[in-house]
Amino acid sequence: MSQIETFYDVMRSQGITRRSFMKYCSLTASALGLGPALVPTIAHAMETKPRTPVIWLNGLECTCCSESFIRGAHPLAKDVVLSMISLDYQHVLMAAAGHAAEAALDEAMEKYKGQYILAVEGNPPLNEDGMFCISAGKPFVEKLRHVAKDAKAIISWGACASYGCVQAAKPNPTQATPVHKVITDKPIIKIPGCPPIAEVMTGVITYMLTFDRLPELDRQGRPAMFYGQRIHDKCYRRPHFDAGQFIEAWDDDNARKGYCLYKMGCKGPTTYNACSTIGWNEGTSFPIQSGHGCIGCSEDGFWDQGTFYDRVTDLTQFGVEKNADQVGLAAAGVVGAGVAVHAAVSALKQAQKKTQSTPTNTNEEV
Amino acid sequence: MTDTSQTPLAGTDADADDLEHVTRQTSVYVYEVPVRLWHWINALAIVVLCITGYFIGSPPPTMIIAEATYQFVFGYIRFAHFAAGWILAIGFLGRMYWAIFGNHHARQLFYLPLLRRDWWHEVWFEIRWYLFLEKQPKKYVGHNPLAQLAMFCFITLGVSFMIITGFALYGEGLGHGSWADNMFGWVFTLVGGNSHVVHTYHHLGMWWILIFMIIHIYVAIREDIMSRQSIVSTMISGHRTFKDDNPD
Repeated sequence: MSQIETFYDVMRSQGITRRSFMKYCSLTASALGLGPALVPTIAHAMETKPRTPVIWLNGLECTCCSESFIRGAHPLAKDVVLSMISLDYQHVLMAAAGHAAEAALDEAMEKYKGQYILAVEGNPPLNEDGMFCISAGKPFVEKLRHVAKDAKAIISWGACASYGCVQAAKPNPTQATPVHKVITDKPIIKIPGCPPIAEVMTGVITYMLTFDRLPELDRQGRPAMFYGQRIHDKCYRRPHFDAGQFIEAWDDDNARKGYCLYKMGCKGPTTYNACSTIGWNEGTSFPIQSGHGCIGCSEDGFWDQGTFYDRVTDLTQFGVEKNADQVGLAAAGVVGAGVAVHAAVSALKQAQKKTQSTPTNTNEEV
Repeated sequence: MTDTSQTPLAGTDADADDLEHVTRQTSVYVYEVPVRLWHWINALAIVVLCITGYFIGSPPPTMIIAEATYQFVFGYIRFAHFAAGWILAIGFLGRMYWAIFGNHHARQLFYLPLLRRDWWHEVWFEIRWYLFLEKQPKKYVGHNPLAQLAMFCFITLGVSFMIITGFALYGEGLGHGSWADNMFGWVFTLVGGNSHVVHTYHHLGMWWILIFMIIHIYVAIREDIMSRQSIVSTMISGHRTFKDDNPD
């Protein structure tokens, strides 16, 4: 352990000033919701504890997670991020290739045995013995199991690793399977999103280094400090939602005024993520700010929730696309019509009974 | 109310025939005050919930009365929904309490005698009555077996479903770690994690209850006219009156 340098050492060797380092610590503290009192704790941990080695595996994915990652919002974040990763092995960023790269992976696994965090981008497809995703001549699922064996914890990085994402959308021909369903004996933190926010990952790794434990997770295994609230709860267009001021059609006057995208199918009210607070691309914007509804990319099975542009979801169970209202209205219509017919027949019967029974009753009573 | 003494009717329009009938009229006190009170509060809450709930799924056209800061139209709609939801939920708990401490008719809503052959036989008889295959219905003090079955499926199960999914969705607004999230968050896990699915189910639940409303109101009025006992007024006065005293 002692031969592993600290984060602080790595940062300083990359030319990061102490002032920038302290900025990073306070930014991370506020991102984690920890408050200024814990900034020295974070700084101390980063100065004294050996850095957390991260091995990064890429399975069935599109690399949008890596792309998001190297564009960390705070100028310093990407340097921190890169220094956190064992650059000996990261498909997108490493210099080595072929056998040399695989040898480097083995070396890193050996050196940091039981200490490293395994970040998985993408997921293993299980159909046809995993042959739909081959990495270094072997099915990815075998590699995943092999590297996960000696990992301290696993970060399921992105919607693919966390939930399966588009390749697991119905009918999921390759049987793409999220990491937690393949690796069941390690602590797994899910950081979903397509892609997820880079600051979330640096925040989580920093938290684990500082406090030597996993951050508080929500019911689905996502860090609660970033996934505890919905996009909707911190959306700057929320006042228009509460006022009942919605965009009714694309590019109408309300759209120009920046009203709420709820009617355009925005999934902000059911999506747990930090986009509306942290933002994307150095905090420049996030989907709603650019005028498009949230598509709910950090939620399980977001590809299978019907169109992105409907509020009331399509029900595709019957093979015909119908939304809940249409199904309900049709059922109510059938019942209503049935009631009407039944009422008519009842009225006839009643009338018939009266005309027939009146004389009989009279006879009985006489 | 089974008094058979020959009390003369007030007014002079009653003939001998009327008087003879009146002496045979019988009534039973079925629905106690809490049950009736619950019924009407529940009905009102459901109407409010259906209207506001529909609007939450498909909001009314944009109204530009003032700047968003001073306008709270959709907020009020959601407030009415949540308030009515609370009334429905607490009312339902109260109704469960009364099922334990009220008379035995109050318990009909919460259990089905599924193992009793004669009960099923009477369900079938009621179906035949509604299909116009029986000339005369049976007399019931409480719900007839078919009505009991419908009440159980639509109201007991339906309202429970709406309360549970409703509070789960309510917990989304209260946030991670709130009491609603702790108590009802498992609903999301049950459907696979995406809360949007719960919104859809909750929405379909509204139609389920709306279908019940159509059937319930129709059948209550129909049976009030065609059956052998009072229906509609019973939920107002609590008394079930019978139109004849034939023994079967």
